[in-house]
Amino acid sequence: MNHAPDLHTLTGAYAVHALDPEERARFEEHLAGCEACAQEVRELGAAAARLGEAEAVSPPPDLRRRVLAEIATVRQMPPQVPQTGLDERPSGVLPRLARQWPRLALAASVAGAAVLGGLAWQFHQDADRADRRAAVARQQQDDFARLMAAPDARTATARTGGASAAVVWSAGANRAAFLTSGLPHLPEGKVYELWYNDAGTMRPAGLLPPGGAARMLDGAVDGAAGIGVTVEPSGGSARPSGQPVLLLPFT
Amino acid sequence: MSEVVHLAGPSRRGPGLEELVGRVSRGDQQAFEQVYDAVVGPVLGLVRRILRDPAQSEEVAQEVMVELWRTAARYDRDKGTVMAWVMTLAHRRAVDRVRSAQAAADREQKAAALGHSTAFDEVAEQVESRLEREQVRRCLRGLTQLQRESVNLAYYRGCTYREVAELLGVPLGTVKTRLRDGLIRLRDCLGVTA
Repeated sequence: MNHAPDLHTLTGAYAVHALDPEERARFEEHLAGCEACAQEVRELGAAAARLGEAEAVSPPPDLRRRVLAEIATVRQMPPQVPQTGLDERPSGVLPRLARQWPRLALAASVAGAAVLGGLAWQFHQDADRADRRAAVARQQQDDFARLMAAPDARTATARTGGASAAVVWSAGANRAAFLTSGLPHLPEGKVYELWYNDAGTMRPAGLLPPGGAARMLDGAVDGAAGIGVTVEPSGGSARPSGQPVLLLPFT
Repeated sequence: MSEVVHLAGPSRRGPGLEELVGRVSRGDQQAFEQVYDAVVGPVLGLVRRILRDPAQSEEVAQEVMVELWRTAARYDRDKGTVMAWVMTLAHRRAVDRVRSAQAAADREQKAAALGHSTAFDEVAEQVESRLEREQVRRCLRGLTQLQRESVNLAYYRGCTYREVAELLGVPLGTVKTRLRDGLIRLRDCLGVTA
């Protein structure tokens, strides 16, 4: 899945909305962990905007009247506010998740969905992007809810330093989710990458968004022995470039 | 900020626009009218360049302006100027319209019928606008032919890069990189900072 160099060349196509919806979603996921790409997208978008500005025409006066009439009937969106509690939430959830699973499965599912929903707000840079992020987050929520509802869903937790983490998995649903709290903030250009541990061989399972607290792992469990977390350069790697900072066995 | 950028339109990109959008986000309709007057010409012009059809273009321009009103609170000045933000909204809306099949059929038909003549096709006659246009043209001339064609098809016609590759008969990877290095060259030529 080392698509980072390839994905990076999509900054131009992305800036002029020339990607298919699936590619756009994939690129935006990459963008969330690649500050250099985000900067380039901003610059190329600004350059493209100049091409558009040069096309200015004199608008018909009627348009102004219609727009002003319409906005009188349109409610404005509230500003984005930092999701306080996003990081605290899992720390409350995880210990309970570990001790009292599956009795609190439903509660955990709801809290987990809230965490995943929070991801939608975390990344968006404008309303348009928020809409697509929200769609991705809804998908994640659905996947997460299905996972939590699986009759064979199980959980394992680990602590390292001040951080705690849990993995929820189901052999039946063949999916896994990762939840964490208190992982150290990484310097720019670094990202946490998740892996399935296939008997010692690490299989890429997605990047944890900066400041992110939870995500569904990409791909299927497919008999993996557990999951690992490593620190990788932005955009992720195809193979772990260092020792895992966390290992969670499926036991 | 370079001289060319200053010449290109201080009244549109002046420091006031960001402040005004802040007021719009708090529901200030008067501020909205000022922002409207500053951006609607470029918005409509770009949308028309992409869609051709005057009625559809006005419809989309109206959607863009209402979206500006609705989402003003989500504008983040760290991410770029108001003008760049609004033009991005406008471009995406126009491209979405192009890609809906029904609209595409209408567009081809009406564009063929109408050609370039429209009731409001007059170019805004401000000096700053003409200078901006000349600068953009000069910078476009500075691209290689493949870069220019890729940027033209993607930006002004709303093609996906796959469609661009098909139209130009070149590999996908080539279009990806030509779009990127073409825009990088434009960015540098136009003195864009973000």
